[in-house]
Amino acid sequence: MQVPTDPEVEARIHRLEIPFNANGVDPYGISRRHLCIAFSALRFFYRNYFTVEVRGIENVPARGRAMLIGNHSGGIAIDGAMVLASMMFEMDPPRLAQGMVEKFMNRVPFASQWSNRCGQFTGLPEHAIRLLEDERLLMVFPEGARGTAKLYKERYSLVHFGTGFMRLAMKTRTPIVPLAFLGGGEAIPTISNAYTLGKLLGVPYIPVTPYLLAIPLPVHLEVHYGAPLRFEGTGDEDDEVIAANVGRVKNTIASMLDFGARRRRGEI
Amino acid sequence: MRILIPGISGRLGQMVATRLAADGHEVAGIDRRVWKDAPPGVDVHEVDLRKRGAEEIFRKVRPEAVIHMATVTHLLVQSEDRYRINLGGTRAVFDCSRAHGVKHVIFVGRHTYYGADADSAMYHGEDEPPMALQHFPELADLVAADLYAGSALWRHPELVTTVMRMCYTLGPTGHGTLAMFLRGGRVPTILGFDPLFQFMHETDVVHALATALEKRVRGVFNVAGPQPVPLGVVIRATGRTLLPIPEALFAAALGRFGLPKLPRGALAHIKYPVTIDDSAFRKATGYRHRMSEADCMRDFSRAFPVVHHR
Repeated sequence: MQVPTDPEVEARIHRLEIPFNANGVDPYGISRRHLCIAFSALRFFYRNYFTVEVRGIENVPARGRAMLIGNHSGGIAIDGAMVLASMMFEMDPPRLAQGMVEKFMNRVPFASQWSNRCGQFTGLPEHAIRLLEDERLLMVFPEGARGTAKLYKERYSLVHFGTGFMRLAMKTRTPIVPLAFLGGGEAIPTISNAYTLGKLLGVPYIPVTPYLLAIPLPVHLEVHYGAPLRFEGTGDEDDEVIAANVGRVKNTIASMLDFGARRRRGEI
Repeated sequence: MRILIPGISGRLGQMVATRLAADGHEVAGIDRRVWKDAPPGVDVHEVDLRKRGAEEIFRKVRPEAVIHMATVTHLLVQSEDRYRINLGGTRAVFDCSRAHGVKHVIFVGRHTYYGADADSAMYHGEDEPPMALQHFPELADLVAADLYAGSALWRHPELVTTVMRMCYTLGPTGHGTLAMFLRGGRVPTILGFDPLFQFMHETDVVHALATALEKRVRGVFNVAGPQPVPLGVVIRATGRTLLPIPEALFAAALGRFGLPKLPRGALAHIKYPVTIDDSAFRKATGYRHRMSEADCMRDFSRAFPVVHHR
């Protein structure tokens, strides 16, 4: 079946510096055809529906290993999707950010197939190390599912950051690009999360909005990329050392969020 | 070199024997199955590996190297038989090898050792344990045989042991689990899942075994060919038609409508990939695959074209 794809997207996918074989598949199963279809859909949301504003794109390395570390914003993964889109549409040459996905996704039909074909793999340390050593661009939201479960009133706050990403970054000597995502909480104004219903459907929870369904509203979204942070070490340090480093990343993102939120309110 | 190949009459066994004989080695084999047109210089002994006659062959041939290919991998054989053949046979190979002065034993294992699961990582390393047995206990005999062979590394340090965990084969013989799965015109898949499949050409299997024999490497090694390919791409590129079936329906239909009667655990292998990192083998031996994924798929579909019925 032929699915219409966007010519701009096709041109950008062809410029990705990924070793596709004759069938258009890379060694991890990332597929050019699937990327073209997925990013053609994302382009509409990125350019027309949400109108995403990107700042600090020059902070993302053009080549080589790097980790995008950000806050979760919005009850479903629109933050991740828009970060992927910004890497594809604003970088030159474009880059494919590869998210570290919640484990349940790989068990859900179609979500499993599409996430894998688009390079979004289960968040396992083995995957992260292999991709970084292959000089890929990783996208990690250390808040995990707790972060997407944030309610509307908590939209500019941060919950607990996992520390796994920091050990991996130190071990693989990977620069960390902090990112602040703003507006996801307005796009999906979660008032409550239905955990039991989610369990029945095989997902962590279902966000509930004032209009019940978690259909994103067409609001203005922003992604701010900060200057890369580098941490020396082996990744085998004591928890306190790692936690202090994670704290530095978290504080950087918190101040970027604070700045962005004040700017959104017109205070700056 | 004098080489003994238990399991010589299988398709891969025959190819390995032919190649090694052509390279100038003295090749003998043990198999219950007949190999009628074995080339000159290849002695095939029709005995059961687990019977006394087999030891006599070891005594008579006095092989320097043994390539153990007498394992049953397909799941249609009753599991008790498989246990006897896979584990009992492997034990017999090591016992006889020690008793009769063999210097090098190669155990031909499978990459399915690692198992397929939603949470398992891509590109397994040799140090990883077999994780998916709880969902697929039918693989336990192969896993046990693999681990037993590997234990010879510390039990019998005087013997060079090479355990080779090989990925699927795909090529002109139509041999192996993946090729059998692709034989028909319509290939059933599970709707919404499209795992990577890692395969290598039969000639590369032979080449890898010959390389391991020549380099006499000690250890456990993953052995693969070109990069893996999604199942959907394999099906289309070999001229087949994809037949996606919802998982619940698929499980209910197993053993009916011409579908093979597979254990439920086998479904994970068409939902999730088993991919291996073979860089250690390449580094230790200098092995490089010669046939690309396109070559494998082309040779298979030429040998087994889809017949369209009106």
